[in-house]
Amino acid sequence: MRLGLVIDLDVCVGCHACAVSCKQWNASGTTGPLTDYQPFGAEPSGVWFNRIRHFEVGTYPNNKTVNFPMSCMHCEDADCVTVCPTGASYKRAEDGIVLVDQDKCMGCNYCSWACPYGARELDRESGTMKKCTLCVDRIYDQNIPEAERQPSCVLTCPAHARMFGDFDDPNSEVSKVVREREGYVLMPELGYNPTNHYLPPRKHKPIPTDIGADKAGLAGKLKQFVNRMVKR
Amino acid sequence: MHPAFSVIFFTVLSGAGFGLFALIYLADLFKLGGGLPGAYVFWTGVLAIVMVGVGLLSSTFHLANPKNAWRAFSRWRTSWLSREGVLSVAFYPFALAYLALYWLDMWPLVRHFAGACATLLAWLTIFSTAMIYASLKTIRHWNTPLVPAAYLALGHFSGGMILLVVAMLAEVQALPFVLLSLFQLFVAAFVKVIYYYWIGRLGVGSTINTATGFTRAQVKLLDAGHTHGTFLTQEFGYIVPRLTAVSLRLISMFLAFAVPLVLLYFALEFHAPVLGIAALVSVFAGLVAERWLFFAEARHVVNLYHGAQRC
Repeated sequence: MRLGLVIDLDVCVGCHACAVSCKQWNASGTTGPLTDYQPFGAEPSGVWFNRIRHFEVGTYPNNKTVNFPMSCMHCEDADCVTVCPTGASYKRAEDGIVLVDQDKCMGCNYCSWACPYGARELDRESGTMKKCTLCVDRIYDQNIPEAERQPSCVLTCPAHARMFGDFDDPNSEVSKVVREREGYVLMPELGYNPTNHYLPPRKHKPIPTDIGADKAGLAGKLKQFVNRMVKR
Repeated sequence: MHPAFSVIFFTVLSGAGFGLFALIYLADLFKLGGGLPGAYVFWTGVLAIVMVGVGLLSSTFHLANPKNAWRAFSRWRTSWLSREGVLSVAFYPFALAYLALYWLDMWPLVRHFAGACATLLAWLTIFSTAMIYASLKTIRHWNTPLVPAAYLALGHFSGGMILLVVAMLAEVQALPFVLLSLFQLFVAAFVKVIYYYWIGRLGVGSTINTATGFTRAQVKLLDAGHTHGTFLTQEFGYIVPRLTAVSLRLISMFLAFAVPLVLLYFALEFHAPVLGIAALVSVFAGLVAERWLFFAEARHVVNLYHGAQRC
């Protein structure tokens, strides 16, 4: 088995719900708590397994905002595991999930240096490295309904932009959707062979945004002028 | 990369300690300058071991959870950090045996065997320290054979400068030590110059395009998704201003190589070991600046997700 996620960049709305539900589930999970530093202070920060960035792709008028959730890619060739001096980081042979044994980690940060995707974050409070567990304490839990045996982020996503499954099974939902929608991995040139895949946004005709701009009267030109000044 | 002072201190000090030990053994083996007096060999060896020990201890200060540090000896099959730990600890029994037998003046064959093993382990440890950085594919400034070359060259150069001062204090024939130091000075300086040239022209590596997969369009970060900093921005986000980097490069080269060269000349001309000690101080100040830059100038690819266009 090779468990992982597929993230559909075409439908992700960038609401950060996956990150929040991840934090909620994992705060009391096997690697919890996910410490927050100054949560209500001037410089709020803390440990998160899942972070969403927002990119602008293309140039105006053919540009598009792409919301980009990122968590551990559960790489096939995970350097974070090979560089770990204590053996705290390991990749499970049975399902490919990369985990950190909190009882063995000495907090040297070396694995976070080896990870190109920023998946690992040090918890200053416990002094150990923490990362996405693919909700390993949920996906095998026999006490919850089978439909809910999925990572918290996948269940929460209101846009259904996240899928979870076995990439070794060619007929799984994730394998099929990666095949059909030309799913890809991030920074393939580094050779980490990540398991998580991303589906590119579908191609749409650009929506014209400047109809009538040329025919604007004096008021319109004044408005354009003010807009330019405000933008600056 | 965030330059952590404990790691800068550790790499400079233990590198010099290992280099010094290797050079003492070789100087004693080949009776350099007519042979150093026994007490000088012994106490310089003790100094080397103390430098290594203090360096190794200080390296544990950057651990967030030092109580598990002993586990770092377990994964030597894959991890250079673990190998460094195993090799540096293996160095100790041989180095101590060498010095003890030197003090007791016993069993010359065993003593030489222990000294040779300790020297080999010293070289391997410096190499492992450098490979911790050079093995990372995520940081192209480090992922080059020039990094272990520089660590070995600088460790031997700084250790050799200590040995030269010892030779001047012991009033043995200084010429062989001077030649050794000059040779190591030039090798170390050349490796660093080549390194700076190299990292200035890394060419195309990972870009924001390969990081996001949008390789046929211009990509720009709109929002990093966090309000204040994160672990990632604190650890990897450090950017050294261009002018600071260039001036620090010049300062470190000046202090580590140019000043000692001039001071050495006058130290020998006027038989003034105090100028040799001044040269040593200059070398170590230069190396701390060099090591600070080594960390500060390195750019991790995760910065591509925080606004960098290329790394």
